[in-house]
Amino acid sequence: MSATVCELGVIRAQESITIECEAPDRELLFVEWLNALIYEMSTRRMLFSRFTVQLDGGQLQGRAWGEPVDRMRHEPAVEIKGATYTALRVAQQAGEWVAQTVVDV
Amino acid sequence: MDLTLLKRRSEYEWEIPLHGTMRVPGVIYANEVLMRDMDHKVYEQVVNVAKLPGIVNASYAMPDAHWGYGFPIGGVAAFDPEEGGVVSAGGVGFDISCGVRCLHTGLVRADVMAVQERLADALSLRIPAGLGSTGGIHLNSEEMDAMLIGGAKWAVDRGWGVQEDLERIEEHGHMLHAKPGSVSAQARKRQRDEMGTLGSGNHYLEVQEITAIFDEAIARLFELKRGDIAVMIHCGSRGLGHQIGTDFLKRMAVAAGHYAISLPDRELACAPINSEVGQEYLGAMQAAVNCALANRQILTHLVREVFAGLLPRARLPLLYDVSHNTCKIEQHRVNGVARELYVHRKGATRAFGPEDPHLPSALYAAGQPVLIGGSMGTCSYVLAGTKQSESRAFSSACHGAGRAMSRHQALRTWKGRAVVDELAQRGILIRSPSMRGVAEEAPNAYKDVALVVDAAQAAGLAQKVAQLEPLVCIKG
Repeated sequence: MSATVCELGVIRAQESITIECEAPDRELLFVEWLNALIYEMSTRRMLFSRFTVQLDGGQLQGRAWGEPVDRMRHEPAVEIKGATYTALRVAQQAGEWVAQTVVDV
Repeated sequence: MDLTLLKRRSEYEWEIPLHGTMRVPGVIYANEVLMRDMDHKVYEQVVNVAKLPGIVNASYAMPDAHWGYGFPIGGVAAFDPEEGGVVSAGGVGFDISCGVRCLHTGLVRADVMAVQERLADALSLRIPAGLGSTGGIHLNSEEMDAMLIGGAKWAVDRGWGVQEDLERIEEHGHMLHAKPGSVSAQARKRQRDEMGTLGSGNHYLEVQEITAIFDEAIARLFELKRGDIAVMIHCGSRGLGHQIGTDFLKRMAVAAGHYAISLPDRELACAPINSEVGQEYLGAMQAAVNCALANRQILTHLVREVFAGLLPRARLPLLYDVSHNTCKIEQHRVNGVARELYVHRKGATRAFGPEDPHLPSALYAAGQPVLIGGSMGTCSYVLAGTKQSESRAFSSACHGAGRAMSRHQALRTWKGRAVVDELAQRGILIRSPSMRGVAEEAPNAYKDVALVVDAAQAAGLAQKVAQLEPLVCIKG
C-alpha cells in the first residue's frame, strides 16, 4: 500500500506505532488493518515501510515502522483515502498467504 | 465492452436488458467509440446496481464511466424510500462531494501571460497541495461542528469569501440536514488541520483561457467570453469525507445483512433509507458535503489573495460550484408523477435544466452550469443542463475525462519531468510537489475529454457552452 504513495526504499523505518483491530472474518480484518494504517498515516502525517502482524482468531495486533512525511524526499504521488472491498481476497496459495484488495487514492 | 450484450436504443443510448435479479434495466449514454473502449467491469457494475432495492427507472452510466468500487464511476441511481429504497456509502464514494468550481477573473490571456511564472509560483506557495500538507486553519471541536453545519456559509461568515458566492453553489453553499453528531471522532481528527487544502491525485487548481464558445446565448448568461481567463478548482471533503466513507462502508456491510439485502458485490454495502444507519449516513454525508464546500470556499479566498497581489485589477466572482460524488434528495417526475428520490451520483454532475427553481436568478434561463475538468494538458468544459436532462438520467451529466490507463501503467509510460517540460513548451506551467504524481496524471492517461462532452451533448444530458485550456496547473 505504501508503494502506491512513493518508493518503499525511501521510507526510513525509524519509529514505530502499534495497531490493534478486530473483525468477524479474515478478509474484513485485512481491510480493518489497512484502514487503521491509513488513519495513522493521515493523522500522524507518516509513511510506513515495515510491518508485522500477529493474528489471534478475529483479532490482529500489528506494528508499523516508518517516519514523518518529507515531501522533498518522499515526493508522495497520492494520498490514500480508504481500503475498499474490491477484489478483496485473503487465502493460502502455494504455501504462502496472499492478501489483496484495492485502495482508493 | 462487448456490445452484443446491449440493445442500442439510439446512437448515444445503450440498454442493458433486464436479466437475472435486475430490478430495472441498465442505461449507458455514450457513442460507439467510447462504448467499445469502456471496461467490461462497467457493464457488470451497472447490472449490480440495478439489483439494489427501491431503484427507480434504471441504473445509469455517463459517457465517462469507468470501473469503480461497487458503483461504476460515472454511475447514477435514484432510490425511493417508499419502495424500500437504499442509500449506499459506496454509491457516493470515499471523496464525498468531490467537485469543481469555476471563477471568472475579468482578465484576458495577455494579463496572465505577463506574470505567468510568478502567478504559478505564487499559487504554488499559497495553496497547500499534496500528501502531508496542512492549511493555516486548525479547527477545535466547536468550530468543526460549526463548519459541518454551515459549509461554505460558515467560511464566508468568517471572511473567506463574500455573500454573493453562496447563491452560486449547489444548495446555496450548505446542506440543511447535516448531522455533525453522526461524524466519528476519527473523521474529525483527520480533518482538523486539512481545511483549505487541495489534496493530491487528480485534484488540481488551474488558471485557464476560454478558447471556444459553443452556445453564445448561454455563454452570455454565464458571462463567459472567448479570450477571458477563468480559474477552476477540483477537490473534495479531504480526510473527513474519506473517513466517513470508510466508517459507513463497514457499518452498511453489517446493516445489509441485518435487512436481508442481497449484495452482488460487498462494495455495494447499503442500508434502507428509512433505517437508523441509513439516516445516520445521510446526516454524516451531508456534513461531509458541507466540509467540501467550505474547503473549496477557503481555497477560493486564497486564490483571490494571490490574484490581488499580482493582478490587482482582477475580480474573481464565482460562476458556479458543483459536486460530483453525492446522494441528494430531489423531486423528479417518474411516469408523470412527482416523487422524492435519493439520487446517487458517483462521478456524475447534477445538471438541472433551465427554469429549475433551484437555480439563482441570473442562471434561471440558462440551466445549471456543469463543470467538466480536463487533465493538465487537455481542455476543460463548461456545459449547461438542458430541458431534456431530467428525462435522461434524473438531470445528470458526466464529470470529467475518466482514466484510460492505471496509475501503474502511466508511471511506466511517462516521466514526470518530461511531462512538465513538454507542457511548458506548449505554454502550460505545472507546479507539483511530486514528479511521480505528474507522471501518473499525464494527460494521455485519461480518455479524450472532448469525446466525452460531445457524447454528453448528443445524448441530451447537457449542452456544451465553452471550452477552456490550461495556462497554469497546480497539482496536488
